[in-house]
Amino acid sequence: MASIGDGSERQRIAQQRLRVLAGHLRRLGAEERPGVAAQECRAGAGTTEPDDKPPCSVPKRRQDIMKWNGWGYADSKFFFNKKGQGEFTGKRYRLSGLILPSLKDWFEGTFGANLQHKSPAVPSLNTSAVAPPSLNEAFVEELKSTGIPFSHDTEDRVFRAHGHCLHEIFSLRDGRVGRCPDMVVWPNCHNDVVKIVELACKHSVCLIPYGGGTSVSSALECPPEETRSIVSLDTSQMNRILWIDEKNLTAHVEAGIIGQDLERLLNESGYCTGHEPDSMEFSSLGGWVATRASGMKKNIYGNIEDLVVHIKMVTPRGVIEKSCQGPRMSTGPDIHHFILGSEGTLGVVTEVTLKIRPIPEYQKYGSVVFPNFQQGVACLREVAKQRCAPASIRLMDNEQFQFGHALKPQVSSIFTSFLDGLKKFYITKFKGFDPHHLCVATLLFEGDREKVLQHEKLVYDIAAKFGGLAAGEDNGQRGYMLTFVIAYLRDLGMEYYVIGESFETSVPWDRVLDLCRNVKERIVRECKEKGVQFPPLSTCRVTQTYDAGACVYFYFAFNYRGLSDPVHVYEQVEHAAREEILANGGSLSHHHGVGKLRKEWMQETISSVGLGMLKSVKDYLDPNNIFGNRNLL
Amino acid sequence: MASKALYSHRDPVLKKRDDFEDILEERRNSSDLRYAFKCYTPVLYRGLTPCKAATLKSMVLQSEQLLHVINQVSAESGESTDVVKDEAAAILEEMAHRLQLRTIRFFAYTLSKAFKALYRSVCVNEEGIQRLQQAMQEHPVVLLPSHRSYMDFLMMSYILYTYDLSLPVIAAGMDFLGMKFVGEMLRMSGAFFIRRSFGGDQLYWAVFSEYVKTMLRKGYAPIEFFLEGTRSRTCKSLTPKLGLLNIVMEPFFKGEVFDVNLVPVSMSYERVLEESLYARELLGVPKPKESTSGLLKARKILSEDYGSMHVYFSPPVSVRSLAQGRINRSQFNLTPRCGGSGHVAQKPSEETQAFVNDVAYRIVRLQQENMVVKPWVLVATLLLQSVEGMELTELMEQTSWLRDLARMFGAFLDWPDHTPCSMVVSSSISLHRNLACVSGSRISLVVEGPQGPETPEEALFNRAVSVLSCASYRNQVLHVFLRPALLAMALSNANSSRKEDIYSCFDFLRNVFSDEFILSPGASVQDFDEACHLLVKCGAVELLHQDVVMAESGRTVLSFLTLLLEPFLQGYQVVCRYLREEATENLTEKQFIPAVRSFAVKLHLSGSLKCYEVLSSDLQKNALNALIRLNVVRRVRTNEQVLFKVNKAAVNSVEDTLGGRIPTQKSILARL
Repeated sequence: MASIGDGSERQRIAQQRLRVLAGHLRRLGAEERPGVAAQECRAGAGTTEPDDKPPCSVPKRRQDIMKWNGWGYADSKFFFNKKGQGEFTGKRYRLSGLILPSLKDWFEGTFGANLQHKSPAVPSLNTSAVAPPSLNEAFVEELKSTGIPFSHDTEDRVFRAHGHCLHEIFSLRDGRVGRCPDMVVWPNCHNDVVKIVELACKHSVCLIPYGGGTSVSSALECPPEETRSIVSLDTSQMNRILWIDEKNLTAHVEAGIIGQDLERLLNESGYCTGHEPDSMEFSSLGGWVATRASGMKKNIYGNIEDLVVHIKMVTPRGVIEKSCQGPRMSTGPDIHHFILGSEGTLGVVTEVTLKIRPIPEYQKYGSVVFPNFQQGVACLREVAKQRCAPASIRLMDNEQFQFGHALKPQVSSIFTSFLDGLKKFYITKFKGFDPHHLCVATLLFEGDREKVLQHEKLVYDIAAKFGGLAAGEDNGQRGYMLTFVIAYLRDLGMEYYVIGESFETSVPWDRVLDLCRNVKERIVRECKEKGVQFPPLSTCRVTQTYDAGACVYFYFAFNYRGLSDPVHVYEQVEHAAREEILANGGSLSHHHGVGKLRKEWMQETISSVGLGMLKSVKDYLDPNNIFGNRNLL
Repeated sequence: MASKALYSHRDPVLKKRDDFEDILEERRNSSDLRYAFKCYTPVLYRGLTPCKAATLKSMVLQSEQLLHVINQVSAESGESTDVVKDEAAAILEEMAHRLQLRTIRFFAYTLSKAFKALYRSVCVNEEGIQRLQQAMQEHPVVLLPSHRSYMDFLMMSYILYTYDLSLPVIAAGMDFLGMKFVGEMLRMSGAFFIRRSFGGDQLYWAVFSEYVKTMLRKGYAPIEFFLEGTRSRTCKSLTPKLGLLNIVMEPFFKGEVFDVNLVPVSMSYERVLEESLYARELLGVPKPKESTSGLLKARKILSEDYGSMHVYFSPPVSVRSLAQGRINRSQFNLTPRCGGSGHVAQKPSEETQAFVNDVAYRIVRLQQENMVVKPWVLVATLLLQSVEGMELTELMEQTSWLRDLARMFGAFLDWPDHTPCSMVVSSSISLHRNLACVSGSRISLVVEGPQGPETPEEALFNRAVSVLSCASYRNQVLHVFLRPALLAMALSNANSSRKEDIYSCFDFLRNVFSDEFILSPGASVQDFDEACHLLVKCGAVELLHQDVVMAESGRTVLSFLTLLLEPFLQGYQVVCRYLREEATENLTEKQFIPAVRSFAVKLHLSGSLKCYEVLSSDLQKNALNALIRLNVVRRVRTNEQVLFKVNKAAVNSVEDTLGGRIPTQKSILARL
């Protein structure tokens, strides 16, 4: 299509609408799902609930399908069955319904935990324990007149009062709820947000934007010192793809859409964003923008800052957006970069134009075993140097490799288990890899079939130079699965006195090994000093590669039996680990963000002048601190 | 004050110390040969990737740090990188150790024989060994023994072999390589050799530091070196040298290792092999050059009794915990790990330098703290205060008094239980009969003299030898009495009992003597408090509001303490007097020592000076350094030589202040 006339454009959109409608029809009768909606929010009063706007995978009433005190779907969880075997319930995941025979041994062995010693959560939320909402009546009245839906139901409020930091979940399991938003509003479109923000400014109400609720930086915690009424602005109903531009390969999307819906809807049109953060099942587009998210396949698609072409954000000062969609501009500092990573302190991101790509023809997992972590890191460094990283390449250390193995489902035949034994024999005995040192890189290739195969060979050849042996697709795929179920595993641990979390950093290549070793060691040592009775799990993986460095991801968990204040111990150790990261040249965060959890290091990180710059932006955009979540600054 | 964290101020008597075990006992009861061929399987560092000495060398030569310097040197000098590389390889070849078990076993055998001949016992604190073993598994270990004798490092390796611990690699001076065969033997038992000075040689420094750091990072072996840099000829601890300490701490600062454990080791000898050699050296007789034939000649010492020896391994000191809150490790975040422009020239930050300095002092203090003090040390101390000799009974009495005082001040005394004081004293005297003799009821110093008649100069020299030999024993207990003694001296110098006046006098003396003794920089107030605490405890002074007053019963203690430091005070005054009266405009560095010496000899012969210690070149050098530090003397470097420019008025005022004739400046008051 050489000419891009108005007519052909219209025609194309029409065709696409047809495709979309057909897609809807195909699933008619099935549960309702969001679709592409080439329609703006209707103007005027009573704007809400446009007829063709289907609910998203996570409903407005999150409590209907989500856990109130843990990760993810209520129907999906790990448990140990009567025989002591690990099992994963539900039907949603590859692991669902499978038996995991080695989980128990790994769990008991690693943490010194015991299935007899349980630390169960309170069975349900005691709504009377939650302080009643303090409402700003004038604000509520005016909000009512706009017709934008809102609620001050206790469960609704509690669901939006936390992210997934350990201390947040731990308190919930204990039945403790801190300061909650006083009400929740669900805008349906950009204009609704504009109205809400106007009203909030007018009545001096504190707004806290809420997307997918997957924060791990205490970003959603309501500041206890906040005296105004706090309104949680839940963007989940702004979940439409407003248009897809196949010429420029962009899509204009409402920012409340969650990752899985965005990807599925684009797939229906033959596209994808390729942005896959580990939280993508639940996290939202606006959240990605607000925290500078990073996706697993960033090597092909880029991180969120590479993906966005245009952002619309509502601030107390007004709406901020650029006037065109030029792919790059030299127009002073990029205003997108004030928005990216602003963590809800400046306003609400309402609409985003994103780059999209055709769905890749072929996908292939892979894995490589290295004799030790050093060799593995050297290989990743070389891959980065040659700029031939596959869509994803991750290097797990020995502990994490063993962790992954604990999630191996029961093998169906003697033949497979015989084959597994043979592989193990080959690697440890024949190749002389020490099972307590070897580590695994997991790979994901994407693209044309032919190119993928070429690429695969190139990467395996480099790996071979560093003593790496190809170890099959299964190991690779299981490695990626681990990242999606890890949060469910934490819930399992918490049933048995084990608490833990993950944290991350980015670091120049020459410091990767030192940082990994020192941080892991620091965790072990701090645990010992703080009276933790059993050695902790302290493990890491190099999870992203860049030209000049890598992103390192740590898991840290321990058995807290015998400790009077486990969360405090946990926080002290995590704090020490972060200090160690910074001392070793690591950054404060690669993609989790700062929130309130890491605020104390901001000045050190960006200098006091840098902090002053950010503050002056905040002062200009939001002088009355309407967006008062107190993150970042 | 920043250094406060490093020096815990506790009552020294409360220190708990381990018990000793004699390692020679087993040697005397079982076969040395079997011992030399015993199964040796040390516990290794858990992060160790085993490698051979040769692999180590190639690792160093291929390290990015070194390659970077090689390129830089080649760019500067115009030589091709290959030439510079060869040069680096040659330096490394000359330096590197070739530790092998064979040689160790040989030494294990021969040293067993030698030690049994020399020593009655070699006592080691086994708990210290256990702590060391633990530490060696956890983190790279740096062994920091005190240095009094050539025996030190042989003894260290011998002990570690005995207890099945990893053998150290030892930094040794290049002079040993002068000894044919022996040098190579030492190399094969773990010594690596460094030049005494290589100031500007960038390549040498790079090879050397990379070599040490590689061994440390890999946990290849414990690294051993002497913080004091050289053997102390006076048996006083020497001001620590920071070069190597900097090198071994850097991998921690840069995050290359999680932690480094420093282990101070205190090695105390009842009789030092080199005792009279040292005294002669201090009086200007040149040190015999290390040579194999010299060593063979020295074997006659095997027939003498050197008493017992104590080796105390202090608990490992974690660099990480010391650095907590003092070192900002992220200071290296913005420069590349290796390379960058001129990383060798990149000096450690001031904060880092101050920290390393504090650590060095702390380690030396720990060495001192755990030095075992023998009864003879107390006897020698008292004898020196009555050079003309004293009644034996009086000596016994005073020794017993001094023993109690030393204990009260926290000395680590090796005093046999349930033995009368007189027995202990006389057995010490008999072991040291070369230094003191009893004739009738009197005891006096032994002065060796020639058969025939001697000139007054010769007589003076011989007398000085015995005084300085004796002083080297007294010096072993100085660290116990030092702070109270400075206070005692301040009390007598300050014409006031006001605390602040006394403090300023104390601070002045402390400052003047800080090259002479181990006085941690910046810890003046703490030292003052400690001194007050001890003197109050023994009832010598009383603290009243703003006053420090001598107690009635305190006269004995205070006069003993003042007398203890008197030789140093006099010595410094003589140096001042020399500079004031005789120093010419063009006094060169080379002339200084001989000139002061002959000035002092002149004073002696004229009868106006009684003190012998001023003849010691060690004291003379320290005094000069102090005057330079006080800006009274200026070092001027001309083309060929170093000149000293003396401010005579200022020297005069220092001399008077030392003599207590004028009060000290009050500028330091604010610190109290």
